[in-house]
Amino acid sequence: MTALLEIKGLHAEIAGGRKIIQGLDLTVNKGEIHAIMGPNGAGKSTLSYVLAGKPGYEITAGEVYLNGEDLLAMEANERAAKGVFLAFQYPLEIPGVATLTFLRAAFNAQRKARGEEELSSPDLIKRVREIAKTLNIDAEMLKRPLNVGFSGGEKKRNETLQMALLQPSLCVLDETDSGLDIDALKVVANGVNALRSGERGMIVITHYQRLLDYIVPDIVHVFAAGRIVRTGGADLARELEATGYGQYQSEAA
Amino acid sequence: MGVAIRKTKAELGLADLYQGARRYLPGGEEITAVRAAAFDRFDAVGLPHRRVEAWRYTDLRTQMKEAKRLASLPDDAAKTKAREASNLFAGAGFRKLVIVDGAFVPELSDLADLEPGLTIQPMADALAADQPLLLQRLGPVVPDDDPALALNTALAANGVVILVAPGTALSRPIHVAFVTTNWVATSMFTRSQVNIGAGASATLVESHQGPDGTEYQVNTALQLVVGDEARIDHVKVVTEGNGALHISSLLANIGARATFNQLGFVAGGSLVRNQLFVHIAGEGTVADIRGGSLLAGAQHADTTLAIEHAAENCQSRETFKAVVGDTARAVFQGKITVSPGAQKTDAKMMSRALLLSDEAEADSKPELEIFADDVQCGHGTTTGAIDDELLFYLMARGIPPDEAKALLIQAFIGEIIEGAANESVRAALTEAMLGWLGRRE
Ligand SMILES: Nc1ncnc2c1ncn2[C@@H]1O[C@H](COP(=O)(O)OP(=O)(O)O)[C@@H](O)[C@H]1O
Ligand SMILES: [Mg+2]
Repeated sequence: MTALLEIKGLHAEIAGGRKIIQGLDLTVNKGEIHAIMGPNGAGKSTLSYVLAGKPGYEITAGEVYLNGEDLLAMEANERAAKGVFLAFQYPLEIPGVATLTFLRAAFNAQRKARGEEELSSPDLIKRVREIAKTLNIDAEMLKRPLNVGFSGGEKKRNETLQMALLQPSLCVLDETDSGLDIDALKVVANGVNALRSGERGMIVITHYQRLLDYIVPDIVHVFAAGRIVRTGGADLARELEATGYGQYQSEAA
Repeated sequence: MGVAIRKTKAELGLADLYQGARRYLPGGEEITAVRAAAFDRFDAVGLPHRRVEAWRYTDLRTQMKEAKRLASLPDDAAKTKAREASNLFAGAGFRKLVIVDGAFVPELSDLADLEPGLTIQPMADALAADQPLLLQRLGPVVPDDDPALALNTALAANGVVILVAPGTALSRPIHVAFVTTNWVATSMFTRSQVNIGAGASATLVESHQGPDGTEYQVNTALQLVVGDEARIDHVKVVTEGNGALHISSLLANIGARATFNQLGFVAGGSLVRNQLFVHIAGEGTVADIRGGSLLAGAQHADTTLAIEHAAENCQSRETFKAVVGDTARAVFQGKITVSPGAQKTDAKMMSRALLLSDEAEADSKPELEIFADDVQCGHGTTTGAIDDELLFYLMARGIPPDEAKALLIQAFIGEIIEGAANESVRAALTEAMLGWLGRRE
């Protein structure tokens, strides 16, 4: 069986030649939730950007396959249409683009890229409203410019809304818990859990164990200095909470 | 300095136009004298060039190669073309007045059932009658010596005069459509006058359009007098053909406690110069002046604004945005003058340019000249490319790069369009913007 995501010997650096990802191997199968935990500055966000196709990173070695297709050869929008979704650590504000306009553009662009029929505006609005309700997002917010003036919690709920609408096959959640109080965290976690399915894989990136109480992973990886230094089950997260990342940082160095 | 500069081919051509036309141009004795004086003013300085401060980024002497012959009166074929020309405001229910190749055409204009208090007259008739309200100086911000305006005064043959009587709230917007139909390059000089009486209100939309592939020349001017407690929403849309030279002057004189909303939108033409001379003469007036330019190819669009706060307690906001692609160039010059005694003036000016290519250019020259001490005035300028982070965010959601850029351009220029109070106007401007984006693809 082909893995959903297969990363082999990945090395990536940023402009200026600084090496951030240094020999990463990771396989995510359909239905699995992987947590990637690691200290600040380890390169977790960089990994998420490399997977999503952000320009500005040089891949110096390695391969990445999504359902057997060469992901690195695709533009960011092509990857999204193939099912990659990155929930940003810091969702961007786009003044002048109404949230609903953005959702419609994204949804229909993906459909078009896959050769599927576009959804009519009323049908799409209906679908968005239904999802919004489950995430406590009110209809007014959908009319506002994307993320402009949204609180941290609102932005993360909005990311979850996009994910639920776009129904990706690979979800990469970068520090989804940052900036959330416990109630907001529960709402977002419920939204994510609702998307758990045998057809979908997830990579949940987090610095803290707290999120993993709500989104329980199948596999936990410790990520330090650009690669995975340890892999275990859900209990590894709790162990890390107690011991911290100190040992891995010295180990990696 | 008394250095004689050899006249250019265009300057000689303009002199020929005037000499040939002056006996036929509408106007009684007084108007004829005003025209002669204006032409002399032009003739003394010639076409403006980069050493003339107000024109430093738009060197007309270099860029205007020749003067095109004056457009002849529209024949049936021209009128048919004008009738069939596209109309951004179609279906909006506006009262449409049509100027074809510089001439007011009553049979294409909607002159039926004029609301009480509304008077509409072809400018040619008003000029022939030597109406004193015409062609007079408005206020100190209107420079006597602006050569483009002087040429307009000398050569304006027609246009429209719209009078809204005091206290008249005109609910139906007026659309003055300037349509050039000639495939042969000609020049057109139009002058209009709009008076909004005290306590009256009106929405006035001007559109300027013409065929691609013809180097026609438009010099148009609008004198706008806004009375005390009056309100005007004025919108000017330029979708001229890709060879057109379009020069326009707005001379606005605004009374006390009035509302002045002005929006200029450029999505066409080869060389466009929009000059706005705004004089706020009465206290407590609120002015919102906006401009949006969408430029591509080798287009050049210059917006030059001079606003004078001559009375206390007035507020003005000046917001100008330009999207500049290819080798196009956007120019914004904005000067806010606060006269002595105009205390509590609150004026803020902002100009932003979004550059879509490395060769695109934007020049911005904001100026404040303040002669009162208790005021709040400021200005800002930004120039930048499309934000890569925003672009990536949109692409990461599956939106292809061209569509993502178009969305960001729409968002950028949307702030200008949102300034229009009338929904049909916003829809028309959005359509103009989408048309421009569509032509880029
Ligand atoms: N665009 C960039 N320019 C310069 N340094 C960067 C850039 N992106 C990331 N870095 C650096 O790369 C390292 C990894 O960053 P990041 O992937 O954000 O880590 P994490 O998400 O694990 O905290 C950090 O030291 C960060 O400062
Ligand atoms: Mg990070």
